[in-house]
Parts: sequence; structure tokens; C-alpha cells
Amino acid sequence: MSEPLIEVKNLKKYFPIRGGVLQRTIGYVKAVDGVTFTINKGETLSLVGESGCGKSTVGRTIIRLYDKTDGEVFYKSIPIHSLKKSELRKLRPKIQLVFQDPFSSLNPRLRVGDAIGEALLDHGLISKNELRDKVIETLEICGLAPYHIDRYPHEFSGGQRQRIGIARALILDPEFIVLDEPVSSLDVSIQAQIINLLMDLQQQKGLTYLFISHDLSVVEHISTRVAVMYLGSIVEMAARDELFDHPLHPYTQALLSAVPIPDPDLKRERIILEGDIPSPANPPKGCKFHTRCPIAKDICREQIPEYKDVGGGHFVACHLV
Amino acid sequence: MAKNIVEFRNLKTYFYTEEGVVKAVNDVSFSIREGETVCVVGESGCGKSVTALSLMRLIQSPPGKIEGGEIIFDGRDVLKLSEAEMRKIRGNEIGMIFQEPMTSLNPVLTIGEQLMEPLMVHKFMSKKEAWNKAIELIKQVGIPRAEQIMTSYPHELSGGMRQRIMIAIALSCDPKLLIADEPTTALDVTIQAQILDLLRKIKQERNMALMLITHDLGIVAEMADYVVVMYAGKVIEEAPVRELFKNPKHPYTRGLLKAKPIIGKRQDKLYTIPGQVPNPIGLGNYCYFSDRCEYAMDICRQKIPQLTADENGHKVACWLYEGEWKK
Amino acid sequence: MDRLNANQPLDYKKKNNPKKAPSIWRDAFHRFLKNKYAILGLVILTFMFLFSFVGPYFSPYLDAKIDVSKGNQPPSAEHWLGTDNLGRDVLLRLMLAGRISLTIGIAATLIIILIGGTLGSIAGYYGGWLDVIIMRLADIIYAMPGLPILIMLGAIMSDLKIPPSQRIYYVMFILGFVSWVGLARLIRSQILSLKEQEFMLATEVLGLRDSKKIIKHLFPNVLPTVIVSATLGVASSILAESALSFLGLGVIPPTPSWGYMLSAANNMIDFAKRPWLWIPPGVAIMFSVVAINFIGDALRDAFDPRQKI
Repeated sequence: MSEPLIEVKNLKKYFPIRGGVLQRTIGYVKAVDGVTFTINKGETLSLVGESGCGKSTVGRTIIRLYDKTDGEVFYKSIPIHSLKKSELRKLRPKIQLVFQDPFSSLNPRLRVGDAIGEALLDHGLISKNELRDKVIETLEICGLAPYHIDRYPHEFSGGQRQRIGIARALILDPEFIVLDEPVSSLDVSIQAQIINLLMDLQQQKGLTYLFISHDLSVVEHISTRVAVMYLGSIVEMAARDELFDHPLHPYTQALLSAVPIPDPDLKRERIILEGDIPSPANPPKGCKFHTRCPIAKDICREQIPEYKDVGGGHFVACHLV
Repeated sequence: MAKNIVEFRNLKTYFYTEEGVVKAVNDVSFSIREGETVCVVGESGCGKSVTALSLMRLIQSPPGKIEGGEIIFDGRDVLKLSEAEMRKIRGNEIGMIFQEPMTSLNPVLTIGEQLMEPLMVHKFMSKKEAWNKAIELIKQVGIPRAEQIMTSYPHELSGGMRQRIMIAIALSCDPKLLIADEPTTALDVTIQAQILDLLRKIKQERNMALMLITHDLGIVAEMADYVVVMYAGKVIEEAPVRELFKNPKHPYTRGLLKAKPIIGKRQDKLYTIPGQVPNPIGLGNYCYFSDRCEYAMDICRQKIPQLTADENGHKVACWLYEGEWKK
Repeated sequence: MDRLNANQPLDYKKKNNPKKAPSIWRDAFHRFLKNKYAILGLVILTFMFLFSFVGPYFSPYLDAKIDVSKGNQPPSAEHWLGTDNLGRDVLLRLMLAGRISLTIGIAATLIIILIGGTLGSIAGYYGGWLDVIIMRLADIIYAMPGLPILIMLGAIMSDLKIPPSQRIYYVMFILGFVSWVGLARLIRSQILSLKEQEFMLATEVLGLRDSKKIIKHLFPNVLPTVIVSATLGVASSILAESALSFLGLGVIPPTPSWGYMLSAANNMIDFAKRPWLWIPPGVAIMFSVVAINFIGDALRDAFDPRQKI
């Protein structure tokens, strides 16, 4: 096994809820409530979960777009959250993020070429003369044409904009990229193109990905390892094949069985979870999943289950496993 | 065989924009039978939602305009009805639910008021009757504590609950047809499973026809009896669900089926359809898929293929199959 | 609907220099020139400036004395727009008034942009206690009723016996000072919503310098708002000066301004019998305001890449 590139240790991110006339803090949304994992060099770790489970917050806190509440993130043993602002800025090119929304993530008044090239120039990583050639080269790597360089974002379709977003990250020659639902807003035929592009780039450049998604079928395709999140915590994490073939946590099992499969003859035993996801501002006591768990016992309502290794790097947090 | 509840005949709905005419629905014909679930599937901009909105006569005009064709609903051509007659059909004989349960409910009215309104307008119920019927509906869509929900406001409910309420409203007047436009796209997988389950259950109980618009082939496989595939404003293939999945004919349908990663089927590389959906303005006289199609022949770039049925009733609009039927 | 025309590789008029992207200013300039209304506005405004600043030198009455005996004459070959009650040539007065009104309109707007733009940007971008202080200050100014304040300030100016020639500067400043609040709020809310856009988050991910974030990402997106409210500002400053002068609080005689001339309509007899006194300044104000609005709209569109060239 290769060495870890990113180590996340007991990371917590709480967002204050303000209320009243004086906008005082009256509570916290525990978006990320103590997650620990490592991402090895060259692998793709996927974070899956439903909306509000904190997966995007994890991605953004790892690269310090948000300041942590507690814990630490190490990139090659550098504690990201302890760096000074100027040190962090120097590190930025190495850790990149691709956003979900290809529309709002590009400045409508900036040419594609500028959007892709400006950071390289701003960090002094290239001279002005070489910049245009470098941008064109990156455009072509990402499946766009050289003449796209002087166009504005509104002239592109969603899939092409996502390519621009990828090019913008890629040109900085990063080692680690957080992919925050990069294909969720795209049509199926375009989605496949982007997934293939991401996987090809990973192979060519030895990139390391944190892939955040709610779509299990895409996750199964792209991941090396998978972590399942529920209400701010990781409930299960394992290598891809292990997780999809032997899901242990009842939530993972339910998630897997809920995905519609394009085969009309397939009749599956489906676990339909009752109720809705509780609010992360007021999570249930004990195991956070017990309110929807089909097999919850008394112990689940009282004690927080331990997140433990059940063998072969398969981690799960459930009393009943 | 059950009779048709809706029949689209050569429907043409165009949008007149500054850049040119967008033929959002371009000569579309298909029908939905009583008690049948028809899935209309396609990517964004293919005209699937506009087809449904044309049936409801909810096309914004301008820029939109229904330029031709007929939509026969229950023996009447809805395109010829007056606005007053149309109002009697909307929400009464045809129910509709939308993708965004957030914005389809009025935030300043209670759930109860919104549920009771169509009952009082269309079914001439008294307030008391409407209240009781509304509670019954809420229970039917699987929400506990119905009385409490009646006096709640939309923001107090979760996305899944709101979509259930939307379904309840759509069902309130016992429609013969329910149109569901991407009903689960904004919802999480586990909630999606609940809603699909609910839709299936009520459809069976009421023997109601369901027109389900979606981009997700997984949902199609689970829900549909019959599938209509659209591309760039045209129906390019339609068939019963098993036939379509077992024997997809149009290269686009085949590509879509191959391009989607499927749980449990690991593969090294996904199949991709190259290029992207064509600019809807100024499309010429050729197969609109021809520039992305790996089988494209000369004729594909010269003439629009017509939708033609084979002996199993499997219809496809593709020149690849033109020879077969001529034999 | 978006035109997804990025895939049509053509339209390269700038072949001579393919190594460089055409500058946004050049594009904006081209778009501006293509706009018929912009050209019309530019022509009208240029005419108004020439009329006001150069015109008087062609008038034979520039050094003429007041001659009441020639007062209140209707338009004639000698006095194209007639004379006022003191026998002064209305055409000349109109030109001189234009100097004052146009200067006040534009200068007051510049002051509004300077104060409102700076404070609004600071409040929006940095937030925190700076935001609280600036916005509360804005609230206070906003809560004060505008006209009474102006009347009060006008009265103070009269009390301080400020010479008529200097009053114009004070009027500009007063107008600017009481009207920056609207722009500041507008810009602040724009910046707040821009900051939530993912492309602003992206600038952080890319590690861009603050100066670059502001100049390349924030500023161009706020520019349209500033342009539109500035053009409206010029118009409303001209009108506000008119209102002040109408009430006898702005520029005072003998210095003319369009607003002051317009106040002739206050007098029943002038209004009914001597339309040459108040119609010309009214028309001048209208044309200038419309021209400036045309230019403003065109500028906003010119800087929007979504508009066709």
C-alpha cells in the first residue's frame, strides 16, 4: 500500500446558528462531527451520503475553505489548519477543488483563458509569454479546443463548463483534488465523458481524489475506497469491492438497495427507510441512525457506537455488527 | 386492450427567442393508455417537460406557442378547449407534480388550505367534507399525524414530505392521469425510494395513468410499462419497457444505457456518447443525432428518419432499421 | 436561453494578433458603438456640452447689461428664445445654466460613487464590525428626510453668506452626501451575494491574491450596478438641483441653472403667458437626462459578455 497523502484526524466543523435581535449564537449545526480517515497517494476515496450529511463540508474544510472547529488535516504531514495565510496561499496550487455547479463556479465576465490561467500567473509559476500556450495545452488535455480560450463561460454547455473547471484546477499541477459532486448536474451522456476524463487524468498524472457524491453507481465506478456518511459522521468505510459486496451498516445496505437499477426484470428486496433525515442541528442521541434504522435495539438509542475496524480496513460504526 | 387516455398527435411546440426558433417539441406523437405508466425519458432540453406542459396548456406565451398537432385527452382535443374548460381539466382530471417540491407549494398558506382548495373548487365540497377528504389523502400518501400536518406551513416539512403533499394535492380530485415531472430528482436516494414506492402503490389502487418524466433510466426500469425516448424535440424510440431494455434499437438509447454506471456491474471504462446535444436553433433536415452517432450514414445527414414500428410494436426513428421493414 | 455557440470556431476578425485575447475594453467599445441609442445619447450629450461651455462665446449678449426696458420679449430674430423680466437673453442664460447644471449633475454623481462605492464595498467585502458601523451610519442618513435636510442646509448656506459663485460646489457636495446611501447599500448587497457565488470560493481555492480577487472578479461584476445607478444619479442630481433652486435654496441669482430657470413656471403669469422662459430649460433637462440614461444602459450592456458583439 502506498503512503498517505492526506490525513484527517477527528475533524469537526460546527456552523453557529444565530438568532434573536442581537444575532447571538443559539446553537450549532454539527455539519462535520469528528471524522477520521486517510487518503493514500494515487487513490480515489469517495464520500457518499445524502444531503445534509456533511460530505461537502468535509471536502471544503479539508482544504481549509472553511476553518475547522476541531481536529487537524495533514497534507504530506503539513498541518493545513495551522498554516499562516501566506503559507496556505503557497500551498493552494497543490490542493484543488472542482465544484458541483458548472454555472456559478465560473465568473461570467472572465474569459475562459483568463479563468484557467490567472492563478498560474498570480502564483508566479509561469511567465506571461508562455501562459497562452500552457492554457491551450491544458484545454486540449481536458477535451476542449484551442479556440475556446477567448470565449466566455455562457457560450458553453454544462459539460464543457465542467471541463473548464477541471482545467482550471489541473493547470496548477495539483497533487490532490477534491471533486465536489462534479457530475451531479450533468446529463447521463455527458456524465460518462467527465468521469472518463477524470479517471484518465488520474492515471496519467498520478492524482489523488476525494470524490464527493450522492450517486452510488458513479461512486462504485470511480472509487478505490468508499466512506459512507450520515449526519456528520462516517458510519462505514471500506475498499470499494468490499463495501459494495458486503455492506455491514444498515444505512449502507439501505442506500445500496434504494438505487434504481436499469433492468426491468430485476426484482430486488428493497429496504425502504422510514422517515426523513433528522436535522444536523439536533441529531438523535446514541447512534444517530437509530430513528430510521430497521433493526435498531435499545442500546442504539443510548450509546454512540464505536467506529471500529472489523478486519481488512473495513471500518463500521454499528452496535449490531 | 385498454383505451387511450391521452394521445399526442404531431404536437409542435415552439419557442420564439431572440436567437431564433427553438423547436422544443417537434412533431411528437405517442399515446398513454388507461392505467398505464409511460415514462418519457431524455436529457435536459429534449422537450420532455414541454410535452407535458403542452398537455396542461401551461406553455408561457410568449415566447412559447403550440404551433400544431392535437392532444386528445379522454376524447377531447385540449388544444381546442377554452381556458375555462381547461381549468376544469387541470388539477381535476389531470394532476401534475413537479421536480421542485420547495417552490410548488405556496409558502404563506397552510398545507390544509392548499389541499382543500381544489376539492372545494372542482368537487364542490363543503369545508367540512374537504377537511375530512384532505386528512384521508394525507394518510394515503403515508404521512402520520395528518391533523397536525393540515395546519403546518410548507417550510416546516422536509423535501420528501412536501413531495408527498404535492402528490396528495394532485390526487385530491381523483385524476385519470397523473403527470410527474422529475418527481424525485431533487430528493435523496432513500427518499426517492419512498416516493417511487408511493407512486406505484397509488397508481395500482386507483388504476390511474401515470406519465412519468425522468432522465434516470433506473427509475424508468422500475416504474414504466411503456417508454418514450426523446432527443432534441423528437421521439426517437418507443417500446414496452422490457422490449426497450432488452433490445434497444436507436444508437442514442443504446448509448444512454451503456453510458450509465450500474451498481454491481463494475467496468474499467464507461462507454461515452461523443459530443453534446445540438444547439436547438436552426436544426436542419437531418437526423439530429447523426453528428454524435457512430453508425451515421450519408442518408442520416440528408433526411429526418420517421418513427416506424416493427412487428412487436417497437418504434424507432433511425435509418439503420429502414431496410429491415422494407423486406 | 443561452446561446451555446462556443462550438462554432469562426468569427476571428482579430487574426493579426492571435497570441493575445481581445481585451474586454475593446469588446465593450465595439458593443457600445453598435448600440444606436448609445450613439444618439452621445451625440445629444456632446451637443449639450458644446452648447453650454462653448456656446456663450458666440452670443452677442455675453457682456450686455441688464436692460429692463427690453424685458419679457417673446422670441424674435434678435433674441431667439426671447428675454426674461430683466431683459437678459434667454438663450444665453440657458447656455450658462447648462454649465452649472451639467457640472453639478456629474460632480455630485462622482461624489456619490466615491463615497457610496467605497463604503459599500468595504462593508460588503470585509463585513464584521466595519459593516455594522457603515450600515448604521447609512441607516441614520437614510432615516433623515431628504428635502428638509436640503432646505436646512440651504438656509445655513444663506446664513453663512456663501458667495453665489461658490454655492455650486456646496450644492454638489450636499447632494452627493445625502445620496450615497442608496448606492452603498446596493453595492454591499451585490458583493454579499457575489461572495456566496462559487466562483468567488474558487478564487480562494486557487489562492489568488486579495487584490486580484477584487479587481478581476468582484469589480467587473459590480460595475453594471454602478454604471446604472450612476447614470440615474446624474439625472436625479440635475433634477434635485432643480428642486433646490426651485425652492430658492440651490444656486441663487444672478448665477443661472436650469432648475432655477424652470422655477419661472412658479409664477402664474410667466407660466401662462411666457412659455419661452420655462420650456427651454425643461427641454434641456429632459434631453440631457434621456441622453445620459441611453449612455448608461449602453455601457452596462457593453460590459456584459453575454451581449452579442
